[in-house]
Amino acid sequence: MISTKAKQTLKAFGAASVLALSMATGAAAGGHAKAKIGLITTLTGGGAGLGVDVRDGFMLAINQAGDGAGVEVVIEDDQRKPDVAVKLADEMIQSEKVDILTGIIWSNLALAVVPGAVAQGKFYLSPNAGPFQLAGKGCHENYFNVAWQNDNLHEAAGAYANEAGYKNSFILAPNYPAGQDALKGYKRMYGGDLAGELYTKLGQTDYAAEIAQIRASDADSVFFFLPGGMGISFLKQYADSGIDLPVVGPAFSFDQGILQAVGEAALGVKNTSQWNKDIDNAANKAFVETFQAEYGRLPSLYASQGFDTANLILSALAKADVKDADAFRAALKEADFDSVRGDFKFGNNNHPIQDIYVREVIKEGDVFTNKIIATGLTDHQDVHAKDCALQ
Amino acid sequence: MSVILLIEQVLNGLQFGVMLFLMAAGLTLIFGVMGLINLAHGSLYMVGAFAAAAVAGWTGSFLLALAASLAAAAAFGALIELTVIRRLYARDHLDQVLATFALILIFSEATRWTFGSFPLFLDTPDWLSGTVMLPGGIEYSLYRLTIIGIGLVVAVALFLLISKTRVGMRIRAGENDREMIGALGVDISILYTLVFALGAALAGLSGALVGAIQSVEVGMGEPVLILAFVVIVIGGIGSIKGALFGAILVGLTDTLGRTLLPVLFGTFMEASSATTIGSALASMLIYILMAGVLVFRPTGLFGSA
Amino acid sequence: MLRERYLNLIILAILVIIPLWAWVSDEPFTITLVTRAVILALAGVGLNLALGQGGLVSFGHAAYFGIGGYAMGILASHAQNYDPIIEVPFLIEGTNSMPIIWLVAVIAGALSALVIGALSLRTTGVYFIMVTLAFGQMLYYFAISWPAYGGEDGLSIYVRNQFPGVNTLDPMQFFVVCFVILCVVLFLVDRINKSPFGLALDGAHQQEERVQTVGINVYRLRLVAFVISGAITALAGALFADLNRFVSPVMFSWHFSGEIIVFIILGGVARLFGPVVGACLFILLEHILGDLSDYWHIYLGAILLFVVLFAKGGILGFLSKKEVPHAG
Repeated sequence: MISTKAKQTLKAFGAASVLALSMATGAAAGGHAKAKIGLITTLTGGGAGLGVDVRDGFMLAINQAGDGAGVEVVIEDDQRKPDVAVKLADEMIQSEKVDILTGIIWSNLALAVVPGAVAQGKFYLSPNAGPFQLAGKGCHENYFNVAWQNDNLHEAAGAYANEAGYKNSFILAPNYPAGQDALKGYKRMYGGDLAGELYTKLGQTDYAAEIAQIRASDADSVFFFLPGGMGISFLKQYADSGIDLPVVGPAFSFDQGILQAVGEAALGVKNTSQWNKDIDNAANKAFVETFQAEYGRLPSLYASQGFDTANLILSALAKADVKDADAFRAALKEADFDSVRGDFKFGNNNHPIQDIYVREVIKEGDVFTNKIIATGLTDHQDVHAKDCALQ
Repeated sequence: MSVILLIEQVLNGLQFGVMLFLMAAGLTLIFGVMGLINLAHGSLYMVGAFAAAAVAGWTGSFLLALAASLAAAAAFGALIELTVIRRLYARDHLDQVLATFALILIFSEATRWTFGSFPLFLDTPDWLSGTVMLPGGIEYSLYRLTIIGIGLVVAVALFLLISKTRVGMRIRAGENDREMIGALGVDISILYTLVFALGAALAGLSGALVGAIQSVEVGMGEPVLILAFVVIVIGGIGSIKGALFGAILVGLTDTLGRTLLPVLFGTFMEASSATTIGSALASMLIYILMAGVLVFRPTGLFGSA
Repeated sequence: MLRERYLNLIILAILVIIPLWAWVSDEPFTITLVTRAVILALAGVGLNLALGQGGLVSFGHAAYFGIGGYAMGILASHAQNYDPIIEVPFLIEGTNSMPIIWLVAVIAGALSALVIGALSLRTTGVYFIMVTLAFGQMLYYFAISWPAYGGEDGLSIYVRNQFPGVNTLDPMQFFVVCFVILCVVLFLVDRINKSPFGLALDGAHQQEERVQTVGINVYRLRLVAFVISGAITALAGALFADLNRFVSPVMFSWHFSGEIIVFIILGGVARLFGPVVGACLFILLEHILGDLSDYWHIYLGAILLFVVLFAKGGILGFLSKKEVPHAG
């Protein structure tokens, strides 16, 4: 059965969930559930939009599967703090006795939680973060990434830059590990010269100084990785500056959730993503339709990843008992589910091998959204896979 | 680096500084008059930005949005002054820090509850977008020039308010001797509410102005709040002149540090580590500046002991 | 006075009984949760010495907490990778021995508190609050952008460090280690408070001139208190890192500095057990309210506001119905 608590957390707030908590515990004690899943994600503060999307996408799939699937989900808020995430993981493993953990958005939180969780014999499925440490040497048989390795979208942007004939890119990202990896990922594929390379302060919101440097350089294109609010600020200020060099970046700054906040400034910008709502397959059509019907908004990249993660778990549960770790692991690795992004399979390091598309920001009626204009990389696997000892 | 780029960066630093001044002015005024540290000042900045985004969404008018930001922030400012803040004037700084820290939590989540978890849209109006050509061939954003202008107007207005008007006289009297002004029959609690609402309105205005070129989202006030504190501490707490000077100093230091340090490090190290280390140092620079100022002038540049 | 001492004993008893009960009924997470509270309480006890007894409102104690955490992270990661920290001019290896890590954390915390305190104590009042905040932010941005030890990603340590004769991975045994440390530190801090040094520190807080006229160097007095305070908080940081088997720059963030202050005020400023009660209550609130609603920060804020406005002297002040026992 589906945990009442999870349903309650979705629909109602307040005293009802306390009651539901005791009911959920009761259900677990009854032992009817085939699998118990702990979903730790960010539901408060500035980054809550991403966590809410992953949760909603995930729960949509679980609810669609119905009570027969025998899945119970416990949802907790990590507040985007690594130590809180670790505490919650301990709680889920030691107290809730979950079989599978998932939900974390940020790489630094994933790095805090994943090694400990898999070392205790739990499965972890990442619906978003894919730091290189867990893809290469630190890969683990119980860790599966259902989104992407962090470098992937940046690599696709680099590949697209070559195709578009850019010869002199100006590149910038925040000065933290994911930012440094982003620039490395772009440069790995991009064949031209660099007009400039800049690291900004994490959380910076004013980019006048950087934009002045772009203007003064002889760049023919701009690549940037500035997730969340940083990207909104940069794009608005860039549009206001009157520079008309083409811009390319990963999907994170052009996601459905934040595009409306960027507005016209994003129109025409190329960005790379493994998913878009116009990918033509039955699973995706149904997903976009039901998500809109259920939550009254268009699904985002993050929602699609949450949805795929839940469906992967359901597909494996249909084949194997989660208590039989070897069989369940093999069932996960088969990835025998209808991914909304189309073809999907795991590489040796349990990270996806998938197509990455180039999208363009367009306006449909009053809503800003993306459409796919090209395939950036086909059947792409991350470069760290070769450092992973798994077969 | 060319001279033109350098001048443009100085302008950028100035604009950043002026924006910080709008935040810092309210903060320093409130501290100077009431002796209160208000961590929730950043929340009022956020309230201003959200109010502006909402009104701009309904009406499409940027001027109405700015008016809404002033009104909403002033109203919320007066509300928290009447319910919470006035109980804190007689308390020590510790209680003030904690109570206003609690207000941040309430404001942030209440805003998210009202407007949702996703950033809102607020854009510069058409008549202020694009760039202008300044003498010497510098292409500069019209909107940013406008912010510099508004900031300077506010600075002059505040200066006149405090030095030339009756309200200003009372504010100055209140700073110097609270009991005296009470004895003179000025209703001090109304004065305090007014000053607090004025400071809040300035924060709200700056949130709306900045929101148009940045991201209107929950938590947007906190980084600015910390910077505004750095500004008033450098300038000397309670001094409007100090806030203006400190804001411009911080704005210039941050902007020029960001652009010049990586270049400087690049002259003697390998390019990519120069970028990393230069940027790392640049992000610490204003705090180093602040610590340096306080070590030599423990009450800031314009502060009285 | 007597009444508060009984209250303190009851608090210690509760801190032992809950994990014991959890141990018997096989609820390891409850033990982990109490351990977390004990470690955060330790950080609060450190700050309380400066803030409560000395009146030095440091808004940057996350700096020492983070330094303690990174002392653990750096030493243990080098031990984990069999990679010496430096080889020239002499060999320094990493270690996974808790006592050595604690020693390094305490020394590193004390040294950094010495430097930061020596500069910050030139200022007073709001300036002091803000300059300590500035030093905290400096370290935060440094930790985020310094790539050698993981930057914002932080450092994962796969196993807990070793303590002779103890299986530290067992939640109960690790709890006992942390609890004993807290008790030892509480005892020492109590002795400090009642020593001539502690009395002078409190006196300088109440009436600076009077202490000065007896010929005591107030600056030096406060600096010593600040250094001890930083060292204790650094020790808590090392334990916290071991609890999570993870360190990250978030330990340096100003939010955390704020949280330690919250523990102290919730529990009761300048009371020996104030931070202990405050930290336990905070953990409890976080745990209960988090299940209540997505917007639980609103409730947390309202409770904090209520305590500041109406429950002066914190929970302990309320329970013992007594003003802060100055010089006491």
